[in-house]
Amino acid sequence: MNQTLEAVPQNWYLILSTLLFCIGVIGVLFRRNAIIILMCIELMLNSVNLLLVAFSAYAGNNDGQVFVFFIMVVAAAEVAVGLALLMSIYRNIASTDINVLNKLKW
Amino acid sequence: MNNLLQDTALIFPALLIPLFPLIGFMVNGVFGKYLPKQITGWLASLAILGSFICAAYLFLNMNKGSNINIDMFEWISFAHIQIGFGFLIDPLTLIMLLVITGIGFLIHLYSISYMHEDEGFTRFFTYLNMFVFFMLLLVMGNNYLVMFIGWEGVGLCSYLLIGFWFKNNAYNNAAKKAFIMNRIGDLGFLLGMFFMLFYFGSLNYDVVANEAAKLGINNSLITITTILLFVGASGKSAQIPLYTWLPDAMAGPTPVSALIHAATMVTAGIYMIVRSNVLFALSPITLEVILIVGILTSVMAAIIGLLQNDIKKVLAYSTVSQLGLMFCALGMGAFSSGMFHVVTHAFFKALLFLGSGSVIHALHGEQDIRNMGGLAKYTKVTFYTFFIGSLAISGIFPFAGFFSKDEILAHAFQENIVVWIILTTSSLITAFYMFRLVYLTFFNEFRGTEDVKKHIHESPALMTIPLVVLTILSVIGGFMGLPEGLGFTHAFGNFLSEVTAPSLPYLKQHQHLSHATEIGLMIFAVVAALSMIVWARIKYVKNKELPAADESLTGLNKIISNKFYVDEFYNNIIVKPITVLSDLFLVLIDKLIIDLAVNATAWVVSATGKTLRLLQNGNTGFYVFAMVIGMIVLLLIRVIL
Repeated sequence: MNQTLEAVPQNWYLILSTLLFCIGVIGVLFRRNAIIILMCIELMLNSVNLLLVAFSAYAGNNDGQVFVFFIMVVAAAEVAVGLALLMSIYRNIASTDINVLNKLKW
Repeated sequence: MNNLLQDTALIFPALLIPLFPLIGFMVNGVFGKYLPKQITGWLASLAILGSFICAAYLFLNMNKGSNINIDMFEWISFAHIQIGFGFLIDPLTLIMLLVITGIGFLIHLYSISYMHEDEGFTRFFTYLNMFVFFMLLLVMGNNYLVMFIGWEGVGLCSYLLIGFWFKNNAYNNAAKKAFIMNRIGDLGFLLGMFFMLFYFGSLNYDVVANEAAKLGINNSLITITTILLFVGASGKSAQIPLYTWLPDAMAGPTPVSALIHAATMVTAGIYMIVRSNVLFALSPITLEVILIVGILTSVMAAIIGLLQNDIKKVLAYSTVSQLGLMFCALGMGAFSSGMFHVVTHAFFKALLFLGSGSVIHALHGEQDIRNMGGLAKYTKVTFYTFFIGSLAISGIFPFAGFFSKDEILAHAFQENIVVWIILTTSSLITAFYMFRLVYLTFFNEFRGTEDVKKHIHESPALMTIPLVVLTILSVIGGFMGLPEGLGFTHAFGNFLSEVTAPSLPYLKQHQHLSHATEIGLMIFAVVAALSMIVWARIKYVKNKELPAADESLTGLNKIISNKFYVDEFYNNIIVKPITVLSDLFLVLIDKLIIDLAVNATAWVVSATGKTLRLLQNGNTGFYVFAMVIGMIVLLLIRVIL
């Protein structure tokens, strides 16, 4: 097992990734700019990735790290779609404020 | 071997008998609208003629004592119960076959002319053939269930034909009334069959009779079964309390009244009782009930007939009265006398109905005898045939009605003098109202409008020929049942004896009346009937009395003219409470409970939807917030639990 990893206790990884996740959630909840919301979602994803990698290292099992690669690939694809959507929203309303996008309701 | 050959030679024509009308019904029913009108009528008539020829062939070629029993196939089979589908041809069936197909054919011929202007011509013959088919099934079955198919089938055809002119709502109501009243009776028949099936394990005539005989006389099981069967018979044969449908059934075309409501279908009840004569003989209580019902019906209908002014209504009440007389005969255990009267009655009542049809035809639909009169000089054939028919029904020697009525009256005389007095009175009333009808219709001057008078004409040959044939039968029909007490052979009774013999040991035996008494009774009956006829002649021909207008009647006359208010009674006691009850259920159960439950469910769903859809406010931030809150709640639940 890696020396550096051992120097950091497991709890710290947990706390860090929880913090990152909460920052992402709060960003999604309170920001109105769609680009930032997209980035916050990425942040949440990556906080989970961090946790997966840490657990994988501590358990001496590579499964978690393989999983992370998959998540990255999917995230990349998701970002491509998300950004494309953003582009088309911007073309229509000349803004990326999600509060303007409230036409679809009862 | 010889026997077997003979059997096959007889089975084939036996099977053809119901097949012909069925084919006629199918062809007319399916292709009738593509065929010329006249052809459909002749096709239907020929189908019945075919059946008649087969029936006559069987009659001539069957050996005495060798019945034909044809088991076609096993129909219903479960547990220990087996019900087959098969036919039985014995003397009783043969008599009914000859009556149904013979008179049926004459009436078909008559109808070709009578109905030629009707737009429903093809439909009429389709129904008639269907009726004959079911009627044949009724009398040919070898167990009660096959009889029941025919029983229900003729009820259906009766409904269809009473309501034949369905554009008139009153006719529709008459049809519905007949159907419902019959259904009430059918329920009795059905329950009777359940009893037989449950306790005897079979519905075959011979098995039921044998099993019943083992139980012995006065067994309550047999009493219940026979009472139930009699309820069925009283529905179909229009006895008290289920008789009110028959007079209303006159709404149908006149040939229908002649065929179904005089000659054949209404005698099905009598056929059924004669068929189960062993069962009935084992239950003296039921016979007593039948006798009382028969007497009451006979007298009551005869009295009502006195004051009816519609030519067909008079005949209808006379039919009810005569059916009552037949039931009296059955109630006294004189099964073959009852059947004898069925046959002679079929002759002269069909004749009278067809004659009245000819009168109505001549007067273009007029049925009220107050607007008739003097028709004798315009319609000679109709007059003479109708006159002879009336003589026959009044029991004048030597016409058919005399012999059959006299036989029943002689039985009544032996049985109980009170019964004899009542039945004689009823038969005298019959003579009076029949000749009231004859004199009002055919004598004196015509009382209708000039316009109608100009067009009075004798009916075409196709209508008068059946009249003449039936007249001949009404004249000679009685000679097949010459009174045995006077040393003659009773051909009819002998022919039927093999059917009625098994019940003989269970019946009260009477001494034969002495010759003098018997002849005395006959002479009394004829003289009394003749005096009634003379009285009617003095009243309606000499004094030219006319039945009063309905409104001016008072007292007893008014009650009789209104048929003892029986219809009103049923209406108030049964129909109205049911209507009130159904109105009540409509408001209470249907509107209040069922509708409310359904509407409330819908209201709750729509209100919930109305409220919940407000959550869909289009604000993305809110959706995400709800999602996060939801996830937190789920997590908390997971942690706490």
